Amino acid sequence: MSLRARVLMAAASLLVGGALLLPLWEVRLIAPQYPEGLGLRIHVNTVVGIKPNDLQSINGLNHYIGMKPILPDAIPELRWMPWIVVGLMVGGIAAAWRGSRRSVVAWLAGFALIGGIGLWDFHRWEYEYGHDLDAENAIIVVPGMNYEPPLLGSKQLLNFTATSLPGTGAIALGAGFLLATGALLTNHRRRRAVRATHAMPRAVAAAKA
Amino acid sequence: MPYRTIRFIAALLAVTFAAACRTSTPQQLVSGDAASKVYVAPGHYDEFYAFLSGGYSGNVSVYGLPSGRMLKIIPVFSQFPENGYGYTQETRAMLQTTFGEIPWDDTHHTELSQTNGVPDGRWLFINGNNTPRIARIDLTRFETDEIIQIPNSAGGHASPFTTPNSEYVVSATRFSVPIPNTDTPIEDFKARFKGTISFIRADQPGKMDIAFQILMPGYDYDLGHAGKGPSDGWFFFTSYDTEQAYTKLEVNASKNDKDFIAAVHWKLAEQCVKDGKAKATPSAYLHNVTDERTRIATSERKTSVLILDPANCPGVVYFIPTPKSPHGVDVDPTGEYIVGGGKLATVIPVHSFTKLQKAIADKAFDGELSGIPILKYEAVMVGEVQKPGLGPLHTEFDGKGYAYTSMFISSEVVKWKLGTWEVVDRIPVYYSIGHLMIPGGDSKQPWGKYLLALDKITKDRYLPTGPELAQSAQLIDISGDKMKLLLDFPTTGEPHYAQALPAAMIRDKQVKFFTLANNGNPYVTRSEAEGGIERKGKAVHIKMIAMRSHFTPDNLEGVLVGDTVYFHITNIEQDWDIVHGFAVLGMNTANLILLPGETRTLKWVPQAAGVYPFYCTDFCSALHQEMQGYIRVSAAGANVPLKANMSARAKTQEARKGALVVPARHDQMTGMR
Repeated sequence: MSLRARVLMAAASLLVGGALLLPLWEVRLIAPQYPEGLGLRIHVNTVVGIKPNDLQSINGLNHYIGMKPILPDAIPELRWMPWIVVGLMVGGIAAAWRGSRRSVVAWLAGFALIGGIGLWDFHRWEYEYGHDLDAENAIIVVPGMNYEPPLLGSKQLLNFTATSLPGTGAIALGAGFLLATGALLTNHRRRRAVRATHAMPRAVAAAKA
Repeated sequence: MPYRTIRFIAALLAVTFAAACRTSTPQQLVSGDAASKVYVAPGHYDEFYAFLSGGYSGNVSVYGLPSGRMLKIIPVFSQFPENGYGYTQETRAMLQTTFGEIPWDDTHHTELSQTNGVPDGRWLFINGNNTPRIARIDLTRFETDEIIQIPNSAGGHASPFTTPNSEYVVSATRFSVPIPNTDTPIEDFKARFKGTISFIRADQPGKMDIAFQILMPGYDYDLGHAGKGPSDGWFFFTSYDTEQAYTKLEVNASKNDKDFIAAVHWKLAEQCVKDGKAKATPSAYLHNVTDERTRIATSERKTSVLILDPANCPGVVYFIPTPKSPHGVDVDPTGEYIVGGGKLATVIPVHSFTKLQKAIADKAFDGELSGIPILKYEAVMVGEVQKPGLGPLHTEFDGKGYAYTSMFISSEVVKWKLGTWEVVDRIPVYYSIGHLMIPGGDSKQPWGKYLLALDKITKDRYLPTGPELAQSAQLIDISGDKMKLLLDFPTTGEPHYAQALPAAMIRDKQVKFFTLANNGNPYVTRSEAEGGIERKGKAVHIKMIAMRSHFTPDNLEGVLVGDTVYFHITNIEQDWDIVHGFAVLGMNTANLILLPGETRTLKWVPQAAGVYPFYCTDFCSALHQEMQGYIRVSAAGANVPLKANMSARAKTQEARKGALVVPARHDQMTGMR
């Protein structure tokens, strides 16, 4: 691969590494009593409130509907997800170092797989929290109602409008994926261009002849 | 790296941050003419008096509507240093209970007295929730005249709602307790804890009395409203915790799909009591009354109440199943519809009095509890308002066929039509509304022009004031098809419920001053010449007048450490709004505010020898700052004779003994206060 493609690939890996610091996803809740909103930031290794006590407030409110409290320590994914991201980043740098198209393709495939599983797992947790209600201890029981927050977009949950959007971490991951794809394409275009420049003199020569 | 790529990444990040920084601050747009609708020009009067409960301040606050201007705070169950209520010798008895003197309570519901189901402007009742009591406030003086304690009760929450002619006001227990309340294991709750519903005779001022109590199963009784028109003679009470949980009620009292509205046939109860079916039960409680002539409160200890067991009076109580821990129960102006506010319910159920009677006649019962028949829900329910919002609490009526229900969780007022049960309008309120109030909105004749929303949370509505924020009232115009928000104003304490009536009903009946000639206080001083100092053992009584701009006498000597001093001060002015105050250095109570023609007494136990100045605390006149004096305190056993000086004027009066001298108003030049 060209140097340029390899640099792009290395940059992609660094962007992936950004997901270690930036929030992957954000869930925001707005209710009449909470015009300022409550919210959660899901990081690769933890879940925190957007404002200092939001997580506590959300857990406090959720007890009304029998929802389990969100306890970051009880979510095993948050323990090993950072390592996956680190692995992905290291793998990306290795691919850039090696500079083979095949390693970049493999990296992208692995990335897509991990991303897909990640989203599915996130959805599974949301489903779990939204449906596994402690009917015995719930105070408000609305028949047929579940409180699964949306994966993407907005949804009304009683008096709360829940809006779920990717965070900067997910954007960084997406950007990394795009950059790596870009590296492949650049290399592809470049190879075509090289072929074209090699071909031209011959064509010109033929024409002159 | 191509610039394009960087630009692309930057754009992606920008989108993310834009999404992350999105904030939402809903701001209710007030329509253009709102200001003119609430503007009451200087010097003009408001259209309504509104009486707001002061919640944990223990008081009542009075506002003018539509301006939202505060007119007065009426002290009821709490000591009020601002005017000495609950501190003066004349008023302390008002705060006496069988538990001793209590300087505070938690007021919840104001209730105007009624005649033929319509507020009549005679009195305002209010309950004390913590130590169950009901107070009667006179509306010609805006003063608490009478407080009765409710025995065999704890948490007097469903109180003090009135029958249509104020024959009775009621008080039902929020907490069931052992009756009599003796040492009982808490786990014996189901077996031994009971509720009571008290009917308190209320139509004779100064003679409130517990007519009878109905013994109820050990649930929490929450709110109540009397029937009227066809349903006159009945009273409806919500109950929750029919699970009879005694711990973690939040969860354990929310399990049943339906709790009950207790329909109490009070006219029948009255008859059963008359027929001797109630049992005289030893129960101690106090009745505190202020005498009109002396303006001195006294406490009378009572020792027995009549308790009626519904088992001995069949047909006196029925249970109407009502969804999910109902809070408010409100009867529409026609007396036909009974609206339950199931605070966790997803509908607003409406019961019909006609159906109730038929269900009783047909014995459409679904079993019974403690001898009380449970009616079938469908046999009594006439309609359900579907999808009203979240957390319905209270309903009031406009007299034009519409009901307005407060929604705590979805923080809105929902207007719906009686008969079709359709929601026709809704308006957000800021935030988490509890009660709402339409003047006369719980009576036969609502003045359906305004609605007052009483909100629990104010957050971003006013300039912030640290962690503790004011609660709030919001005035909403309900004269048209659409509700319109007109005004926000902060309130004192927590305004649980409010009542209002047209100002014209009581405005011109206000007492302006107390006629000095009728002042029956034993220590009244009607003229300067009558003032003086007197010793009775260790007690020293000082009789003093206050007028613009002096006290007489104003130099006092002969008081010894160890004495208890009583300053009996009479404001001898006979002029509206000429008020004096009194305070003495180092006193450990509160100042006296003396209304014209009134005598008040401050008890003071000086701790050390010295000279103690006293002064007028209410800026009464141009020479208010000159209105002061001294009292000398000498060491115990000192040989200092009692002495009170006399003014020159007093001496003149003395000389003309017998003739009541009208004090000259030499210092009223400016009328400045």
